[in-house]
Amino acid sequence: MVHEILFLIFGFICVAGAVNLLVQRHPINSALSLVVVMAALALIYLLLGAEFVAAIQVIVYAGAIMVLFVFVIMLLNAGAEEHTVGSKVALLLGIPGVIALGCLVGWMMISNNAYLGGVRINVADFGDTHNIARLLFKNFLLPFEITSVLILIAIMGAVVLGRRSS
Amino acid sequence: MVPLSWYLILGAILFCLGILGFLIKRNIITIFMSIELMLNAVNLTFVAFANYWNEHAAAVISKIVPLSGQIFVFFVMVVAAAEAAVGLAIIIAVFRTRETLNVDRVNLLKL
Repeated sequence: MVHEILFLIFGFICVAGAVNLLVQRHPINSALSLVVVMAALALIYLLLGAEFVAAIQVIVYAGAIMVLFVFVIMLLNAGAEEHTVGSKVALLLGIPGVIALGCLVGWMMISNNAYLGGVRINVADFGDTHNIARLLFKNFLLPFEITSVLILIAIMGAVVLGRRSS
Repeated sequence: MVPLSWYLILGAILFCLGILGFLIKRNIITIFMSIELMLNAVNLTFVAFANYWNEHAAAVISKIVPLSGQIFVFFVMVVAAAEAAVGLAIIIAVFRTRETLNVDRVNLLKL
């Protein structure tokens, strides 16, 4: 019972933050509501029993990535969004399409609810760092090493792109 | 016990809101934040399914399968961090040459 109530509270905070991201006109307000969404998602990961993912959600997403966003917004001195008439096709076809997609997925999940079953919180050895580290450094060692190359390339790309051309 | 479908519906709602933001927002930084929102929605479904498999398939399949959902979330976060670094550098470069963040004013590849 408590599990359901907590899920509904955090899920509502998530959706409210995401809607606020769309409604706000100034990018800094959107960035702060995205931080709210990420923090609420970290709590939902805790409800799922995934402690490691919840921790890196807070540290990497709400910490590092969002600080980068806020830093760039302040660096560029971005003001409120200006109104311009963009693509008509995106508005006329895209928005009904997105609403139809959301309704379809929601209806599918609700109609298959009995088949899917439930999610329990106190599962033994599910999300702890020990198991994830063993899996990451044993079975997924090669992808893990490749990500270090990816990050190195990303750093070099950011430096090259951010350099002032003289 | 929360039904699995609630988590999936929450993920779908967040993903659709991300697409909506991508379509209706005109600021390039906010569009980038909508992409991050979509990545987060996918992460939520990954973790929910990982928990589900841990519950329902532990006896059948080896222990690798349920936990690999969380490993995928880890890799998605790594890629998102790299993408944010490069993407924000591109945004800074665009702002330097055009002095605007509005995507409707950025319609030429070369000035």
